[in-house]
Amino acid sequence: MDEALLRAVVPTVIGVLGRRGADFAAAEDAVQEALVEAVRVWPADPPRDPQGWLVTVAWRKFLDAVRADSSRRRRELRVDEEPAPGPAEVVDDTLRLYFLCAHPSLSPASAVALTLRAVGGLTTRQIAQAYLVPEATMAQRISRAKKTVSGVRFDRHGDLATVLRVLYLVFNEGYSGDVDLVVEAVRLTRQLAAMTDDEEVAGLLALMLLHSARRPARTRADGSLVTLAEQDRRLWDTRLIAEGVDVLQAALARDRLGEYQAQAAVAALHADARTAEETDWVQIVEWYDELVRLTGSPVARLNRAVAVGEADGPRAGLAALAELDPTLPRATAVSAYLHERDGDRVMAARLYAEAARAATDLPERDHLTRQAARLNAGLRS
Amino acid sequence: MAKYLLLKHYRGAPAAVNDVPMDRWTPEEVTAHFQYMQDFADRLEGTGEFVDGQALSPDGMWVRSDGQGKPPVTDGPFAETKDLIAGWMIIDVDSRERAIELAGELSAAPGANGEPIHEWLEVRPFLGAPPTITE
Repeated sequence: MDEALLRAVVPTVIGVLGRRGADFAAAEDAVQEALVEAVRVWPADPPRDPQGWLVTVAWRKFLDAVRADSSRRRRELRVDEEPAPGPAEVVDDTLRLYFLCAHPSLSPASAVALTLRAVGGLTTRQIAQAYLVPEATMAQRISRAKKTVSGVRFDRHGDLATVLRVLYLVFNEGYSGDVDLVVEAVRLTRQLAAMTDDEEVAGLLALMLLHSARRPARTRADGSLVTLAEQDRRLWDTRLIAEGVDVLQAALARDRLGEYQAQAAVAALHADARTAEETDWVQIVEWYDELVRLTGSPVARLNRAVAVGEADGPRAGLAALAELDPTLPRATAVSAYLHERDGDRVMAARLYAEAARAATDLPERDHLTRQAARLNAGLRS
Repeated sequence: MAKYLLLKHYRGAPAAVNDVPMDRWTPEEVTAHFQYMQDFADRLEGTGEFVDGQALSPDGMWVRSDGQGKPPVTDGPFAETKDLIAGWMIIDVDSRERAIELAGELSAAPGANGEPIHEWLEVRPFLGAPPTITE
């Protein structure tokens, strides 16, 4: 049984139940139950029409739940057998689900969890494993999120930017249990891009594809990080790069730049360089200038300082860095790197050790500690 | 989301406001204290923020390797150990502010005379997974 295929039809099935009069929370519960049954029954008895099977079973689950809960207010149910929705309606249903699950009234963590369940079709257990929390906790997080959005009208379009933010978070947090969330984020963004005509959706998809392409090269077998400059570029996935560049170029051609397109442009320039030395840092600085102009983000300013250091030399990089808040995450690590390139290894060793103490993830801390150790060993000999 | 460890100490934390050893409380006060901790954990599960909570016996020991082929060396427990952890709770929250807010609530568990202990809890962020996008 192809689980990805099964999950891909989940938003459609939720949409069908919605059209028949089920509210979002009840429809979503019923579809989850139908999924559990599908996983149990299909391997021995695969249905000819998987989506039709899911609709039938989910609808039955929904009716069972309504009947079982007679104390609930009476629902007005439409007729059982409505005609199947046409392709345009399926797109609308699915899009509405993206908006609903990323509704601004939800905290980022709740929006992520709800999106993975209702749009992604993942089980609560899979989401809990991915985020390293108990299943009961994740179940409560999802159930509260559903309650929060229950007053939102199902048929109103929301803000695409919040949807993109949620998908970006799923991709960027990079946790994984038995589901690879990076792959899942790409799938959901690809599906969104196919339903919308928006440059920033395309920009985010391109960004994800270009970074996914580098994944085989970015960690060693022991889990330690390989910096971009040290990566074996032969391991990069050229197919993903080609697709990412195509998607990005089509978006940029429409001349409505946004932050995801700018970030993807930086990633595309890295992908374009056969060796680290061939990287077009001058152009990368220009894209960071755009990104700073678009977002004013301190992280973009910090990355710009790194790029300036490569384009115009470490002194220029340090000058750019001096204009920023030194307490920014990773500012000390950047300073250490630039000082080493400037030849000040004593300062660099001290700053790497300081940066390691301030690191917020384990591979980053280990990498910075190793840098400090390497410099200190060199200084002793 | 970010995970934080809330550490409760038998010894080693600065003195609590309501600083009476637990064995001088009434049995009802002890029961009320544990009930508060349990209710707190249940409530956090309800908000989708609870990860784990455990209590530790004060009766530990030190262990170290003594070289290949030899059994490990044990020592202690040391009555004078300065820092003795009593237990922990792991929470998964949206922000540092929320972690501080929850630690504050946990610190207000009732103690002697049914008054809040206002004990000092140690709050430590976890090192997470690396982001996919770093440039």
